[in-house]
Amino acid sequence: MEQVLGFLSDGANWQGEAGIPNRLLEHLEIALLAVLIASLIALPLGFYIGHTGRLQLVGINIANMGRAIPSYALMVMLLPVMLGLAPVLGYDPRLGLRFLPVFLAMVLLAVPPILVATYAGLQDVDRELSESSRGMGLTERQILTQVELPLALPVIVGGVRIALLQVIATATIGAFLAGGGLGRFIIDGIARRDDGMLYTGVLLVSVLAVGTDISLSWVQRRLTPAGVRAATEPGSVELRGSGAT
Amino acid sequence: MVEIRWDWIAGHLDDVADKTWQHVQLLVIPMVAGFVIAFALAILAARRPGTIGPVTAVTGLLYTIPSLAAFAVLVPITGLSLMTAIIPLTAYTLLILYVNTVAGLRSVPAEVNEAADAMGYGRWTRLLRIQVPLAVPMIMAGVRVATVTTIGLVTVSAIVGGNRFGGLGQFITEGLQTDFDTKIYLGAVGSVILAFIIDGGLVGLQRWLTPWARARAERA
Repeated sequence: MEQVLGFLSDGANWQGEAGIPNRLLEHLEIALLAVLIASLIALPLGFYIGHTGRLQLVGINIANMGRAIPSYALMVMLLPVMLGLAPVLGYDPRLGLRFLPVFLAMVLLAVPPILVATYAGLQDVDRELSESSRGMGLTERQILTQVELPLALPVIVGGVRIALLQVIATATIGAFLAGGGLGRFIIDGIARRDDGMLYTGVLLVSVLAVGTDISLSWVQRRLTPAGVRAATEPGSVELRGSGAT
Repeated sequence: MVEIRWDWIAGHLDDVADKTWQHVQLLVIPMVAGFVIAFALAILAARRPGTIGPVTAVTGLLYTIPSLAAFAVLVPITGLSLMTAIIPLTAYTLLILYVNTVAGLRSVPAEVNEAADAMGYGRWTRLLRIQVPLAVPMIMAGVRVATVTTIGLVTVSAIVGGNRFGGLGQFITEGLQTDFDTKIYLGAVGSVILAFIIDGGLVGLQRWLTPWARARAERA
């Protein structure tokens, strides 16, 4: 603890590229960007599968693949490919070394939880509700956006929450491939035997993850209509998700 | 683009076997320790449902901590001994194993419990001979997810483990440091293959543990 306070009270650790604010910013930037791109892929596909009930097998297979390949293995396998593609596609090889393998691994791993939560959440909506909306003359788009999505939203946010946590953890590991972010404090702390730096990194990244988890679970609860809140147990979908593999 | 030197792998099968064996050790020790703890806590939950909330919160908190941080935190204390990997790996299994075991025990229909009571089963014998066997499918689902997760995390532990631990993940670290793609892929693909093989074994174990499910499937 003293070592952490020592590290935190040194003004030099709050400035410049290797300072805490910049590392935190790097971590948040890459994590949010990855989840954003993943959402752009997963949400439309999830809406389609959840609303129509088609292509379910595709969804299940993507979800299982996401579970089988761990983030670290994925990013190191992408590394030689990204380095090799640099001259072909004309980007800076340093991008292939630092940013691209980590970022691509993050996007690929963020897709499955969001996709599964989206279509599972939509499919959980009472069929009779959708049917009666159809009977009342709502268009398919209206049924999806006005009836099904509001009811599925807490579950979808749950998927985003899992994705974000995975991505924050993956970004930490990314520091090992010379990436930025809070993981740098951990990697450099070990390399330099600087326990203050190491513990600061551990503390900051843990607080970031736990804080993200708590705030998104709060959002989830806020989005759940009071009537539904009483009827469902939180986490029931996650449970079923893990039981499927 | 990526060149795999199969001859190098063929010449280093001893090394592959050693690291695979360590990977398996770093899987089995935390899984057994995690299962014992989670199972005891789930039994407690069956008797005192009030413990479910706090236990889920604490194991959930442990599960949320990014893996590299969890492995790094013990380095100054336990150094590069295997405990540095085993303790966080055990902690990570708890949430999945606990939640699934509790859900499995709770999924036993009330009529079944009442029938057991009527047949004169005591609380403990009912728990061990009726509820636990019926919860096996849910428990095994948890074991499978925890196993695959742990195999992936062992690979990550190599980042702090240097040349001491990390199982097949050590090939990745060595490959990155010496710019040798064959080692990187050997470690990464190797750990994924290991996960598939062991998961397949667990499916077999589940069929063996629940013969009634198989009998039912055959009759249908």
